Amino acid sequence: MADSQLRRTLLFVPGNMPSMLQNVPLFKCDSVIIDLEDAVNHAEKDAARNLVRRFLESWKERDKEVLVRINPLYTKWGRDDLKAILPQMPDAIRFPMCETAEMALELDAELGKYESANGLEAGHFGILPSIETVKSVLNAYAIATSTKRIFGLAFGAEDYTASMGIARTNAGEDLIHPRMMVVMAAKAAGLQAIDSIFSDINDMEALRKETELVKRLGYTGKCLVNPRQIDIIHEVFAPKQEEIDYAQEVVEAIKQAQEMGTGVISLRGKMVDAPIVKRAIGTLRIAYAQGLVDTPVDEEILNG
Amino acid sequence: MAKNSLGREIPETFNGKSYIPYTDPHSIKPETFHFQRASRVLKRNYSGAGKVVGSLREAIVASGLKDGMTISTHHHLRNGDRLLNDLVKEIDALGLRDIKIASSSVHIVHAELIPYIRKGVITALECGVNGPIGEQISRGELECPIVVRSHGGRARSVISGEVPIDVAFLAAPYCDEYGNFNGFYGPSACGSLGYALVDAQYARKVVAVTDNLVPFPALPISVAQNIVDIVATVDSLGDPKKIVSSTTKLTKDPMGLQIAKYAATVIDASGYLKNGFSFQTGTGGISLAVAGHVRDMMRARKIKGSFGCGGITGFFVDMLDEGLFEGLFDVQCFDLKAVESIGRNRKHQEMSAGLYANPFNMGAVVNRLDCAILSATEIDVNFNVNVNTESSGLLLHNTGGHCDVANGAKVSIIVCPSIRGRLPMVRDEVTTITTPGETVGVVVTERGIAVNDHLPALKAELIRRRVPVKDIRQLRDEIYAVTGAPKPVEFTDKVVGLIEYLDGTIIDTVRTIRD
Repeated sequence: MADSQLRRTLLFVPGNMPSMLQNVPLFKCDSVIIDLEDAVNHAEKDAARNLVRRFLESWKERDKEVLVRINPLYTKWGRDDLKAILPQMPDAIRFPMCETAEMALELDAELGKYESANGLEAGHFGILPSIETVKSVLNAYAIATSTKRIFGLAFGAEDYTASMGIARTNAGEDLIHPRMMVVMAAKAAGLQAIDSIFSDINDMEALRKETELVKRLGYTGKCLVNPRQIDIIHEVFAPKQEEIDYAQEVVEAIKQAQEMGTGVISLRGKMVDAPIVKRAIGTLRIAYAQGLVDTPVDEEILNG
Repeated sequence: MAKNSLGREIPETFNGKSYIPYTDPHSIKPETFHFQRASRVLKRNYSGAGKVVGSLREAIVASGLKDGMTISTHHHLRNGDRLLNDLVKEIDALGLRDIKIASSSVHIVHAELIPYIRKGVITALECGVNGPIGEQISRGELECPIVVRSHGGRARSVISGEVPIDVAFLAAPYCDEYGNFNGFYGPSACGSLGYALVDAQYARKVVAVTDNLVPFPALPISVAQNIVDIVATVDSLGDPKKIVSSTTKLTKDPMGLQIAKYAATVIDASGYLKNGFSFQTGTGGISLAVAGHVRDMMRARKIKGSFGCGGITGFFVDMLDEGLFEGLFDVQCFDLKAVESIGRNRKHQEMSAGLYANPFNMGAVVNRLDCAILSATEIDVNFNVNVNTESSGLLLHNTGGHCDVANGAKVSIIVCPSIRGRLPMVRDEVTTITTPGETVGVVVTERGIAVNDHLPALKAELIRRRVPVKDIRQLRDEIYAVTGAPKPVEFTDKVVGLIEYLDGTIIDTVRTIRD
């Protein structure tokens, strides 16, 4: 499910904190991940599940993608989480500790069952698996290609370093290899690659550096734990003015080409074809979200 | 009772004086009141001898203070002020009664005055109050008629003689024996003496009260010897560390930061953020975060502003030192960094409350403001703002310069969380109107931005920038959807206070709450 949804920022919100949940509609992130897993201690699992269900029930006009991080299906809470949450129609499930393709398929089957029982289109619910152990890093491509519901791979550095028996640093050189593995698996499967949270919420410079690094590696978004981090991540993922200018030229050129009845045209002496147009549209979509251009890009031209 | 133009019932007389109901922000003129200018008897002092007396009590006696008279103090030491409390104790000890207080403000620390109000030593407050005195008055537990005035309105009432001050007791942190003083130096340094400058000029008797008598001449001079009658020495004027009025750190609350970001966008979209920009903001985490954005934009675009204004914080001092403003107009220092700066930098200009915001002169500094950030305890769907009472109906806050700045600035921006506790902050009606909606430009909450009709170009630009511009009624509805509609506080018919607009008309009243 290689979709074109903009996912620069995926904000975790603890499912047991009414004050934070109440503000979910106001955060300017692209996606929100309401957490029933790590943020909620064992004694509060039931209460948090009810709170999240009621919150989603009351949030009618959703302006951003909604994911819920359920507990793994091998815990005693995972299936109850699904039962409570799916009727509230989240867009996707953030699936923690997904170490194998089989685990992804198990969730796929659960979602499929609910969809067919409730007359929903098959594949309605997406899955964003967490690649957060050594084993899951090694199985990343198999997981990525296991079901069409998966639209991206989300690298999870905290659990990964724990599973390696190492400490996470702000510099992050310890994470280069798994990060590369995950982004390569995602790209090979035609999916989005989403980076881990950066947990030091007071070190905005280190956050910026890390985001710049993962952008260079090919990641298109990042999870985060504090809304104060949103702006910096958006700034890093914002295209430069010359990139926007070029993207606008590409779009103009391809429009002309289509009027002339061809799918290919040359611009600045180089051939403009579908992949270049696709990238230009991606650039303009982010530029629009960032307020850098005034009008949304007409994505129809891709289908020219 | 008569209704003012905002629909509020205003009594014709209050505490024996008659008042005019509020009509609109600009049309009232000095002639409306038949006041000219406070008169002060001409005096001659041919002696070069010092004017020092050794105690407050001697100063009170020497000043000729009598039953029924009006005194004033300034509030530059804010919650660290000791003078007003000590003064009233001495006045009581001398057996004086029926004294009216026309200080520039009264703070929580002055709750010590409550027993003296009960005893009849103090019988009226010709100034707004912060804290327990107002609370007890609005509960009907304390009898003391109160007229709440803005900084500009107070300056007007003193200068015009509407509130004649018989004796001004002015804390003088750096003072010589002949009466020259400033607030810049000494153990009780509070910086600008902006409010006191008016009293020094227009009170019938002026007493400089100091804990720091320095050799003649005390330079530079803020208040000069030729208008000071008596110098009184005391052990201590108070604790200047307590002048810090609220937080001096930028907020870290994500919703507060969102509000600040929207407010900064409003300033940017206003078109005034260019060379010559002038700006006022207060203390508090959100206001400082807005100032942070403004500073960053000015740095990035190499903008040199004209002036920063108001109560001055260390944040503004840094902007001045960095060259982002030509100067600062300082009516009061909000922290010790500002105090330190005003004593060393001639571009950090001390400003009297009259120069700051008196509407009845040839032009106050607020008239030159481009953008100002203001707060609110409540806002209504007509953009009227309350800063005096809270949703409980209790009178807890003084006006400060709120309505003055809104009246003067080209774009006045109210920053306020949409919900406090469980209460909606944008509502059908505010409990008390401090500042009329006609003078409010923009209301910024984390849920959206409402732009008043008199700024259509700004509204269009904000829509173009795709920030969440909403009709103020839509904003109210969205907030009510979370909080529910608030039940109005029930009041009795007993008017215990007036909220005066800066021009002297009455914009609202304070009534006792019904339990």
